[in-house]
Amino acid sequence: MNFEFTEEQTMIKDSVARFVRDQYDMDTRREIINSEEGFSRDFWNTFAELGWLSVPFAEEYGGFGGTVEDLAAVMEELGKGVVVEPYVSTVVMFGGLLAASTNSALKDAIIPAVIDGSCLGSFAFAERQSRYELADVATTAVAADGGYRLDGEKTVVINGGSANKFVVSARTSGSQFDHQGVSLFLVDAAADGVTVKSYKTMDGQRAATVTLANVVVAEDQLLNAVGEGLLLVDQVMPSMLMALSAEALGIISTLNTITVDYSKTRQQFGSPIGSFQVLQHRMVDMFMSCEQAKSMLYRSLCQANECAADDSVDTTEFMRSVHALKATMAKAGKQIGEEAIQLHGGIGLTDELNIGHFVKRLMTINVTLGDRDFHQKKFNQLSYSVS
Amino acid sequence: MDINFSAEDLAFRDEVRDFFATEFDTETAQQLSGVQTAEYKPAIVRWQKKLNAKGWIAPGWPKEYGGTGWSATQKFIYETERGAAGIPDVVPFGLKMVAPVIFTFGTEEQKARFLPRILASDDWWCQGYSEPGAGSDLAALTTSAEYAGDNYLVNGAKIWTTFAQYADWIFCLVRTTKDMRKQQGISFLLIDMKTPGITVKPIVTIDGKHSLNEVHFENVLVPRDNLIGEQDKGWTYAKALLAHERTGMAEVADSKRMLQTLKQRAAEEVNGGEAMINDPVFQLRLSDIEMELMALEYTELRVFASMAGGGMPGPESSLLKIKGTEISQAIHELQLQLAGSYGGALQGDMTAEDLGHDYAGEARGKYMYGRAATIYGGSNEVQRNVIAKAVLGL
Repeated sequence: MNFEFTEEQTMIKDSVARFVRDQYDMDTRREIINSEEGFSRDFWNTFAELGWLSVPFAEEYGGFGGTVEDLAAVMEELGKGVVVEPYVSTVVMFGGLLAASTNSALKDAIIPAVIDGSCLGSFAFAERQSRYELADVATTAVAADGGYRLDGEKTVVINGGSANKFVVSARTSGSQFDHQGVSLFLVDAAADGVTVKSYKTMDGQRAATVTLANVVVAEDQLLNAVGEGLLLVDQVMPSMLMALSAEALGIISTLNTITVDYSKTRQQFGSPIGSFQVLQHRMVDMFMSCEQAKSMLYRSLCQANECAADDSVDTTEFMRSVHALKATMAKAGKQIGEEAIQLHGGIGLTDELNIGHFVKRLMTINVTLGDRDFHQKKFNQLSYSVS
Repeated sequence: MDINFSAEDLAFRDEVRDFFATEFDTETAQQLSGVQTAEYKPAIVRWQKKLNAKGWIAPGWPKEYGGTGWSATQKFIYETERGAAGIPDVVPFGLKMVAPVIFTFGTEEQKARFLPRILASDDWWCQGYSEPGAGSDLAALTTSAEYAGDNYLVNGAKIWTTFAQYADWIFCLVRTTKDMRKQQGISFLLIDMKTPGITVKPIVTIDGKHSLNEVHFENVLVPRDNLIGEQDKGWTYAKALLAHERTGMAEVADSKRMLQTLKQRAAEEVNGGEAMINDPVFQLRLSDIEMELMALEYTELRVFASMAGGGMPGPESSLLKIKGTEISQAIHELQLQLAGSYGGALQGDMTAEDLGHDYAGEARGKYMYGRAATIYGGSNEVQRNVIAKAVLGL
């Protein structure tokens, strides 16, 4: 039994922590958010040099190793700095899908460019009607001249404005809600017929509406077998959810530290407010929620390792844990975020203080790839029901 | 990260599992399910003697006094298997509470006199800590022990004394010196329950049962040999024991088993022809609890892993107590809710067949008495104080 990160994981974790501590203060972050692109190319290059962009890829592609535990180690530290660089969209989601792709020519071509920082990517899966349901795909891909012609609209494409490439889910067969018949295409952002409208999101990042009108994509740009795109997404989804949860863990543990420290210095009624029992117990509840959420992440990581080591393991228990993790993290994030603001009092409401920025990232993580209710419902479906 | 056990540990787990499966028969289980019945004491003593014969009665003791010599991992496996099999823990007052104080702070003579009889379940112990005026503020206790000749003269009252009605011995915190800081001047005294001047009065609890008591002391003479350690230092010994008590309170395996039972019952109970487990609102209530429990299981594993690595159970053991008791109460609550309107029926001599329901009485009893879990062993509010101070540094 072991709940420690490996030596390599600890090294990369420490290097992210050092970066956040030494180079990513709130003023720097604010400047970056207000810049034209909304993130720092210089820092992105630093991430590439330090090997962080190679995390989801196997060593044969020049990657760090590709386990979800590696990803979690990095994400927890990025969370502590509420880093806005497009790591989730490019490395976790776009990179994760590429790493799992069965199209080796495509992987050979693109993965090195992700690792060296020259290619930014995003996974364009949502549509205006789809909410969190990945199979709800109305965008179509019709076979034409040795390739496909894509038509449709993708919404809330995370950091879509800066992406060079998209992985687009489009329907090649079946009807709107069918799991079968959705295909994954690599689409160049500069291709004819692609329009990207970018906007800011409350967590300091960006998102975009991506319109596809008669976009021609060659057949060799399919990530896996035609019509089986969602199988690939299902395979990568647990890693995406665990990575987001690890980021949330970094945020809630930081919020707890900041709040407890503040309560020791803020004086009211002649005493530090942290000496008041009513506030102490609330901070204890915040502490316990954070520890419980961390345990849920570790549970999922242990089971991910177990499933990775043995193909014959039934993955139901693992999937139950992953859904429970995302729901638990959402619950803890809401509680800890709101309490952190409350315990800070008026100052907690200011844009100047870092608290609100952590909270807004937690809120965004909650609605990325399914919120608390969505995942609790999935958990219930896997756990309970008799006929 | 992994939760893999070694091949040796897995073999040990199988051995424990087999032993429980063959030795804990349904008759014993039946007798141990109700604390009020006349069969309870003889049944639990019989079961504990069986464990003692196997050499497994005292995993927490050093080997030289009759402990198992198990590794931290083996102790953890044993506890997990016990909970999973639905086997009640040993009665803790002798084996888990007073014995560690005796083998840590007692004289050789006291060890020889008391420990073997505790191992063999020949003496039944109870705990004399709380008093009418000293609950969470235990150090406010006023039961006095005046030193006179070779004896202490004990006067006062203890309360919430579980199973005092069965007990041969009581271990007490008593005030030997007044006018000191309130944690000082307290001594740890072992008292024979047959001593003249001791009266036990039953307290019937809201589940209608009798496990708690008041114990009154009126000019009770206790030999000086029954004092543990130094006079006036008893608080230190009791505090060491409390840490011991808190580590085993997550009861994850027990809660997992209860939740499993709850799910089975929810599959059988119907409302409007539909099984309750298919009801989306009921499912939400169920999964709120189950997800907390899944997390707590790993919190416990994390605490255990740090202990197995040579660390001590730290203040995070308070988290286990708070969350563990909250979860078990939540399960009891949902079980009672599931029983619907039968939950209020006092079955008495009615058969389940005549009443129309089979587990409502049990569910109500567990819910009612289960309220005690967040009060005993240091109330959950006191536990929050402990975490605030020791972990958060407030």
